[in-house]
Amino acid sequence: MTALDEIKIGGIGASRLRVEDDRFIRGKGKYIDDIVLPGMLHMEILRSPLAHARIISIDTSKAWQIPGVRMVMTGDMMETRNLAWMPTLSYDTQAVLATDKVRFQGQEVACVIADDPYIARDGVEAIQVEYDPLPAIVNPWQALAPDAPIIRDDKLGQENNICMNWEVGDKAGTDRAFEQADVVSRLQLHYPRSHPSPIECCGSVADFDPATQKLTVYMTTQAPHIIRAAVALVAELPEHMIRIVAPDIGGGFGNKVPVYPGYVCSILASILCRAPVKWIEDKTGNLISTGFGRDIYLTGELAMRKDGRILGMRMHTDSDHGAFFSDAQPSKFKIGLMHSTFACYDIPYAHLTAQGTYTNKAPGGVAYRCSFRVTEAMFFQERMVQQAAYDAGIDQAEFRRMNFVKDDMFPYRTPFGFLLDSGQYAKCLDVGLQAIGYENFQRQKEEAKARGRILGIGISTMSEPLGAGNSREYDILGIKMFDSAELRVHMTGKAILRTGARTQGQGHETTWAQIVAHELGIPSYDVLVEEGDTDTAPFGMGTYASRSTPVAGAAVAMVSRKVRAKARKLAAHLLEVSEEDVEWELGRFYVRSSPDRGVTIQECAMAAYSNMPDGMEPGLENNAYYDPPNLTWPFACYIATVEVDPDTGVWDVLHFVAVDDCGVRINPMIVEGQIMGGLTEAYAMANMQFITFDAEGNCVGANYMDYLLPTAWETPGWELHEVVTPCPHHPIGAKGVGECAAVGGPAAFVNAVMDAVKDYGVRNIDMPVLPDRVWEAITYGRDVSGAPPVKTDAE
Amino acid sequence: MTSLYETRRDPAAADVPTRQITVTVNGERRTMIVEPRLLLAHMLRQALGLTGTHTGCDTTNCGCCTVLYDGKPIKSCTMLAVQADGHEVTTVEGLAMASELHPIQEGFRDEHGLQCGFCTPGMMLASKALLDENPNPSEEDIRWALSGNLCRCTGYQNIVKSVMWAAEKLRSM
Repeated sequence: MTALDEIKIGGIGASRLRVEDDRFIRGKGKYIDDIVLPGMLHMEILRSPLAHARIISIDTSKAWQIPGVRMVMTGDMMETRNLAWMPTLSYDTQAVLATDKVRFQGQEVACVIADDPYIARDGVEAIQVEYDPLPAIVNPWQALAPDAPIIRDDKLGQENNICMNWEVGDKAGTDRAFEQADVVSRLQLHYPRSHPSPIECCGSVADFDPATQKLTVYMTTQAPHIIRAAVALVAELPEHMIRIVAPDIGGGFGNKVPVYPGYVCSILASILCRAPVKWIEDKTGNLISTGFGRDIYLTGELAMRKDGRILGMRMHTDSDHGAFFSDAQPSKFKIGLMHSTFACYDIPYAHLTAQGTYTNKAPGGVAYRCSFRVTEAMFFQERMVQQAAYDAGIDQAEFRRMNFVKDDMFPYRTPFGFLLDSGQYAKCLDVGLQAIGYENFQRQKEEAKARGRILGIGISTMSEPLGAGNSREYDILGIKMFDSAELRVHMTGKAILRTGARTQGQGHETTWAQIVAHELGIPSYDVLVEEGDTDTAPFGMGTYASRSTPVAGAAVAMVSRKVRAKARKLAAHLLEVSEEDVEWELGRFYVRSSPDRGVTIQECAMAAYSNMPDGMEPGLENNAYYDPPNLTWPFACYIATVEVDPDTGVWDVLHFVAVDDCGVRINPMIVEGQIMGGLTEAYAMANMQFITFDAEGNCVGANYMDYLLPTAWETPGWELHEVVTPCPHHPIGAKGVGECAAVGGPAAFVNAVMDAVKDYGVRNIDMPVLPDRVWEAITYGRDVSGAPPVKTDAE
Repeated sequence: MTSLYETRRDPAAADVPTRQITVTVNGERRTMIVEPRLLLAHMLRQALGLTGTHTGCDTTNCGCCTVLYDGKPIKSCTMLAVQADGHEVTTVEGLAMASELHPIQEGFRDEHGLQCGFCTPGMMLASKALLDENPNPSEEDIRWALSGNLCRCTGYQNIVKSVMWAAEKLRSM
């Protein structure tokens, strides 16, 4: 008997077609708005039209009179139940429904519950609110002005608009490095506010059963277990009587991690109305009130020797958090993992300071397709590195190679304390340079220049920390960042697997089964994967920050190994030999001295229910809670070539090459899909996608007419390459990947445009690199900043 | 006959105008009483339970709600149900031929043309409209034809490949 072919049974390395697609291509997915319960009511939210104003009065009487309106809720009603405010993920508070004043445009003021969504909307329009407008603060500089109004006057002792200060690194050592430098290169830039904007907005269906006192909430959440804990703590309901179900989710990208007021209101409405209550956010509500990403000003400098070796790095960030400090991030780190910046470069000294301010803008600071501010960290790093290479007069590829952490230096401790696990950085760069035809392009660029055409090439190389925790360092609101899996093998050898993660398009239903196939030899099509229901799934921290494969995926491997260990005992019993004499090959145990004598994993499963040895507990199932020893450190090299039209400032991507080293690839097809999706978001941020505000705090970008997302027409084609450096501490050698391209990609595009226009004396154009910004930079030979006064398309 | 407002507890008190309409949906004639303001997308989803048609943006940008209206792709979130009176509508639920998947559905699955699946029904119907008119589209043709449909997950490259796959299969049928 020969061992199973792992690819044939859909194990690791198989580009297995996705199981979940069968329902999605038939229109049979079950998203939040597809859930209909008997007697269900509908909720709609009234939002503030003003960014900053005192509420004088709220008159709901006309709304109550509309036939079909069942209830109108305001902040006062919430306050009597101690629910007007809720905790955020960053130890701050956030208003559920405004009581004293509104602090950003789009803030939740009241909600109407009615028989159908159209009537609920009629009800919202019938509510009259009288506001006393206050000056709006729309950036950190206004927030820090001495005469600025205090946005968070609800907080005792809050005497300014600062929400956090943070510092990390070796200041004295870094200062010395700068004293010894031959060359110091500086850069200042703005990473604009962006919204993750999954196509599906947020929503919930809350169903409180008065008979059983059980609360079931269907909810667009990337982390259902955290939500259950939050509801238990905030609403003071017993945790075992709360069931959170994340149904199919139409994209998350970090937007669906936080708890939003709409969820809380729907829960209270269901309790008060004694009926299921559905809340489905509209696009404007989603864009103007839910978790944004970025919105940060970064300043930094690199100290170098003449030959280009980096001696030290210092950096300061000013971040704009909106009205409530509700960043979704590990509690120890106040500006996320910003200090992972420059991780892939061997730099002895580094120092980072960060200050965050409240403004009259929507709260959030979510990890938008990134591992907690890593996108900003890597963007600054790669823009800075290119600038430093220019300033040192060294080729940008060589500059990177010279300063990379070398292959023989792992594990490598960065000056900020991270431990890089593994990598082949120079190799990835070489693959990228060869694929793009680096040297050839330099020639083409010169030739094109002679004919009046402007070409440029941009490189972005970075290693990203993915897969929080370990639990020593990473927790959210004190809950340690581990994850879990539970595997039950039925007697016929089929199995069900549940994890604490929640897929939103990443394909867990397909890939987790592949890990089981790899570990147990049970074909992946015999494994049903179920996630998202807190009544059935084991506790886990959910899916964001590219942590599913590094953490939950590892738990899947570990629980499979526990099951295999029991199956080995069953095999020994069936083969009538001692356990030590049993060997394993994929899908089968055999007698070491007589390899033809063996039993399959399926036969062991049957024995677990029908023929177990005396004294053995029946059944074949287990669970695993996985606390990773370290983050995983994938590496990526992205290279773009562009042509800039000097007359219009429009730039086109000529060629884009991506080299990703995310360790072992469980399903190459899905990995490539993740990379291409990430690259498109990177292109979006570099090119068009940003949310800005006018001086009154009106959100410019409140719908898809104003908030531009790339379509198939603008989006360039992607050329993908791979390098594999298995993660040394992950049970199957995998690293995170879902966000690398969105994190590392933007700098490749911007660097390419900057490379094209640097002969015009331009050092920086802030994102998005809009045609008018490029035109202005070229025409006037100057940098174009996105910092205030904020330029918008309208100007 | 189906009424959207059959769940309304006090219909007599709700003095709302209604219209009776007949729409052929996926080949089946359906007669309904609806409010004139009811959007076609909501009629399909709520009155007929065809939840494969998604609503994403409310402003005709995202294309999740794309259905075929007398064979042409339209965005059903910006059309009133009463405007569809007497017309034919095809939704994703009507795409499969009998029990078999439509080649476009197979193409999206085989070329990994979807991730979260939310934009997929609209993408597939816009693709069908393209392939009905142009059985042998170039990459550029496909990208242009789908430029009214947003996808946040895939980066479009595999969607283009999916449509190419389907075009080839349809040509060989």
